[in-house]
Amino acid sequence: MGPYPASPGRRERRVYARRGVLVGMVTSIHQLDDGAWVSVNDSREVNVSDLWQLARSDICDCDPTDFLAEGFVEVSVACGRVEARIAGQCIGCGTDGVTDWLELGRADPDTGAFRSVVPSSVHVPDRRRRLAAKE
Amino acid sequence: MPTKVEGWKDEAYGNEVRERIYEFAEEGWESIPDDEHDAWFERFKWWGLYHQRKGQESYFMMRIGTPNGVLEPGQLEVVADVADEFARGPADNPEFGGAVCDWTTRQSIQLHWIKLEDIPEIWDRLESVGLSTQQACGDSWRNIVGCPVAGKDKNEFIDAWPVAEELNETFKGNDDYANLPRKWKVSVTGCSEGCGQGDINDLAFEPAVKIIDGEETKGFNIRVGGGLSRKEPRLARSIDVFVTPEEAPDIAASCSALFREHGDRDDRFNARIKFLVDEWGAEKFRRVLEEEFVDGELRTAGEDLRDEYTYNAGHNHDDGEGHADHVGVHEQPDGNYYVGLSVLVGRMSAEETRELAHLADEYGSGEVRLTQRQNIIVTDVDSDRIDGFLEEDLLEYHSPEPGVFMRGSIACTGTEYCSLSIVETKNRMVRYGRWMQDNIDVPEGMTNFHTHLSGCTASCAQPQIADISLRGMKTRKDGEPVEAFDIGLGGGLGENPQFADWVEMRVAADEVPGYIRNLVEFFAEAREDGESFRAFIARHDEEALNGLVEPEETSYTDPYMHNTKMTWYPYAEDDDMGSSPAPTNGQGEPLPSDD
Repeated sequence: MGPYPASPGRRERRVYARRGVLVGMVTSIHQLDDGAWVSVNDSREVNVSDLWQLARSDICDCDPTDFLAEGFVEVSVACGRVEARIAGQCIGCGTDGVTDWLELGRADPDTGAFRSVVPSSVHVPDRRRRLAAKE
Repeated sequence: MPTKVEGWKDEAYGNEVRERIYEFAEEGWESIPDDEHDAWFERFKWWGLYHQRKGQESYFMMRIGTPNGVLEPGQLEVVADVADEFARGPADNPEFGGAVCDWTTRQSIQLHWIKLEDIPEIWDRLESVGLSTQQACGDSWRNIVGCPVAGKDKNEFIDAWPVAEELNETFKGNDDYANLPRKWKVSVTGCSEGCGQGDINDLAFEPAVKIIDGEETKGFNIRVGGGLSRKEPRLARSIDVFVTPEEAPDIAASCSALFREHGDRDDRFNARIKFLVDEWGAEKFRRVLEEEFVDGELRTAGEDLRDEYTYNAGHNHDDGEGHADHVGVHEQPDGNYYVGLSVLVGRMSAEETRELAHLADEYGSGEVRLTQRQNIIVTDVDSDRIDGFLEEDLLEYHSPEPGVFMRGSIACTGTEYCSLSIVETKNRMVRYGRWMQDNIDVPEGMTNFHTHLSGCTASCAQPQIADISLRGMKTRKDGEPVEAFDIGLGGGLGENPQFADWVEMRVAADEVPGYIRNLVEFFAEAREDGESFRAFIARHDEEALNGLVEPEETSYTDPYMHNTKMTWYPYAEDDDMGSSPAPTNGQGEPLPSDD
């Protein structure tokens, strides 16, 4: 695993104007401490050390890839959906690498509260594009 | 584009943050704006305060930087008192109790469970005796490491302590070097044994001699770009420069200014100077240093002493060479003695620490020193009093004559407090050490066997430079996820430093002691006459080492096999994350949740 690419935390700003009243929501995300965890709205939400079950990942041929999260390489947020690319390795075969974008959870647009996905359920990296692609 | 952390640092960083910490402490934890937590906790690091991991919100690790590991008379007792009074959390550790002091691999001190509201009082007490938390963490000059017995070592080539002391005075609190792209670790070695471990530092002063104006001059060669973090270990590289002790602050200023100006602020993963040295090479580094950051010409390197290095070099202690660590009783040049105590995983209770401070006063000068092997040294013990000191009860456990497996064991902080770690570390290494001591026959002549256990790739326990390297990992056992380790072999420093080869991957934590026992037994049978463990490993290639012996369950039991990171505190009776009392107020009482 090489040095990770640049990954400043991104800040999403969605602002709705309704009858002249500004209703705003900001989802602030950072990956901190050498990518050890992801902060959503200044609250520690997702840590390294979880095992993620990945289907159709590019990491290895295991099905599913039993992926140990060792570091968050990039984080992103769109429409409250928090995603990350995670460095780690499949503990089944030992192959290491960086995942494609994985959904970590969603931040409530009104309260900012974060609901995490369950890492041990099955996830498909870069789901939206993969599902749209022909088999 | 500069990282978000750089943006926070631009807004406020360094000395100016202290006043805000005082304000937050006065007004309480809840006065830190919710949407500014990440920014402030990043800035707090510069003042030695590291917010503890998820489930322990509002509590901080406090690091005290002790240059060269030197604690002057009176300082250790204050550390013990502060730990006793302020470093107690909501639950105790079953091995160590409720208030502990950690001696780190960079000769610093770490206290845990520190509450924001107590910080001003703690700073008052520490600073009243000359101790400081300034720049103990964060992106600047960190605690300067070196020979822990500098000035008191019979094998000393040059006294490194005044140099380390001057560097500390020059660069601590110095606004010109307060905001660097990343941490900046400096080592000063003055002995012929190499115990400053310069090879794994960003900037290393290594003892050397050079003929200047016809005179043999003692000083230092300069190396840059060493470090172990992530999976990118590097040995510091020579830039072919010699300086005298008097010139050390100037060259240090030049090197750290070069890092300040040319280090990567766009990518924290690529920011350490080791990557700049990778990119430029030593020759370009030297050229840019000379052209842009130095007045006049740099001298070429002098003759070094690296072929004499014995520290963590894989030798045995009785082979007539210099020391491999500082444990044991050693005569000082002044006829007094220093006594190095083995502190398993570098952790002592506040009570033990206070007792040691009293013993250091009673038998020595009151000074103690911390080593890079997480041990502690009592200096200046009068020759007439050495026997009395050695009979003290405290030395039965923290012994100057420990068993070989206890002597060589190092562990980082781990999931007990640290956000980065994958696994539990210190309590586990204590259990490993005891089991190995009781269950593994020590091969003849083996006095040196280093096991370094690190919870993740950050490598705070320096796993790559050990006989047995353990790096936190996960695996499945009977289908269930359990804590595990990658195992490396053959690392160490010395004349020919070598990083470990990782040969057994994802070994369940409860099978590691069996692996080590099998390996030591194999070594005992297959070694050549008098061969050291490191030499034995070195004559096998990685392929031969892979599968040389098998991991195995034994009588060793491991209470931390579950995912300790998912607990709020791994040893709490109810360790469920939802049962965490954090965050708490200044009295340690849970604060109401926002939900």
